[in-house]
Amino acid sequence: MDFVINALPQYWEGALLTIRLTVLGAALAFVLAVVVGTMGTLRNPIARAVATVYTEVFRGVAAIVLLFWFGYSFVEITGFRLTTDFAAILALGLNVGAYGAEVVRSSINAVPRAQTEAAIALNMSWWRRTSRVIFPQAWAQMLPTFGNLVIELMKATAIVSILGLTDLTKVADDFRASAVADTFTVYTVALVAYFLFAQVLIVLVRLLERRANRRLGRPTDDSLLGLLRPPSIGTTTGGAR
Amino acid sequence: MQQSDPRGEAPEMESQNEPLIRFDDVVKRFGDNVVLDGLNVDVNAGERVTLIGPSGSGKTTILRLLMTLEYVNGGTIWVGGEPFSHMYKGGRLVPASEKYLRARRKTIGMVFQQFNLFPNMSVLQNVTEGPVHSLGISKDEASERAVELLEMVGLQDKINAHPTQLSGGQQQRVAIARALAMRPEILLLDEVTSALDPELVAGVLDVLREIARETDITMLCVTHEMGFARDVSDRVFMFDAGRIAESGPPEQIFGDPQEDRTKSFLKAVLEQS
Repeated sequence: MDFVINALPQYWEGALLTIRLTVLGAALAFVLAVVVGTMGTLRNPIARAVATVYTEVFRGVAAIVLLFWFGYSFVEITGFRLTTDFAAILALGLNVGAYGAEVVRSSINAVPRAQTEAAIALNMSWWRRTSRVIFPQAWAQMLPTFGNLVIELMKATAIVSILGLTDLTKVADDFRASAVADTFTVYTVALVAYFLFAQVLIVLVRLLERRANRRLGRPTDDSLLGLLRPPSIGTTTGGAR
Repeated sequence: MQQSDPRGEAPEMESQNEPLIRFDDVVKRFGDNVVLDGLNVDVNAGERVTLIGPSGSGKTTILRLLMTLEYVNGGTIWVGGEPFSHMYKGGRLVPASEKYLRARRKTIGMVFQQFNLFPNMSVLQNVTEGPVHSLGISKDEASERAVELLEMVGLQDKINAHPTQLSGGQQQRVAIARALAMRPEILLLDEVTSALDPELVAGVLDVLREIARETDITMLCVTHEMGFARDVSDRVFMFDAGRIAESGPPEQIFGDPQEDRTKSFLKAVLEQS
């Protein structure tokens, strides 16, 4: 126990990198998911083709190989050396963004066609229809899956430890290598830390979900406990027809 | 503009009593299914027209074509003497571009069978959204007008409510206010009471009667409410299989129908209610 208390500052040091990679990777993934996912709903065949190629390529490659590629191969073809943490943000952002784009695309397509027609009847432009009517409704549907993806991304940041960056996993691994404590303890601390981060992410996403559902006039469970369990929307997913 | 006139009449002669809406040999197909088969219809400004007929006879398609939710497969739609489904390009009629449609369709409003209110907005926002974002009216002015319209449809106490908190009849009256907020010259009503519980129908029809009385908006209604059709219509079109089987003033269509198809349809509808 003494070890754990004394080692906490070092674990926290590593956790800061894990958090930074998660936040920046998620930000890149989110932007890519929204832009590419929306492109996938357009009638323009070029936009759709670009969206399909991006999605298929980046969800089809292993994030760790992508990381090695940005870390080692990129410099050979371009002459630019990417720092390892930037390479990690790119690799994770592109990879998770591809999954997210599919979520955005299918959520937008799940908004009833009648909503688009009502917006056309008000002579709203494509941009207005999408930003004011369609996206806010699709948003509520995206959030639960986004919650899963951001947790996946957070856990996947552990791959940077292989390239020598000192994240949460690397800190634990270094403690094991230097044999200052038993392996059970050093890894359990890391596991608990990842678990707690995941809980924080879940609560944040649930808060967003609550707000989104309230805006759509759906009943929400506003108890504190409700943040720790999946919301039950029941039969009102259609909202106002 | 160089206008080609297939009828060979001088445009000046026509302009005196030119119809507001003209369907010129309009064809609409969905796959192999021909919904409108060379339809010719004229509707004058200020006229109240009711479209009746069995399901699948093409009534709703006419409204959807006018709202540009569908595109013609043949023929041309004219509104206000100018091409609507098409536009002039190099002196020839070509299918209208999105930009052209945006400039034209703002004179047309539509109310849907399923209301289609925006669930992510309050009642007031539903009514101000169109005027603010596609007519460029200031928020204050749009709100003021929206409140007036919501008062007219009897929902002044629901202004800040959420659409999901309203009954179907109330939602439909908001949808009517939303369409009127765009100050349309033409109002399309697509079976607006069909999705309502019977006891809510009267409230919506009363609002529509008031609009018919107080405004000179041209109205095209697809409806199964024959009493309403008889009250407000100047003309009734009986549709069957993508064609007009019979048309005339409501007294004639309901009192003394000439075509067998009209007689059998009205008999079936009246037996049902």
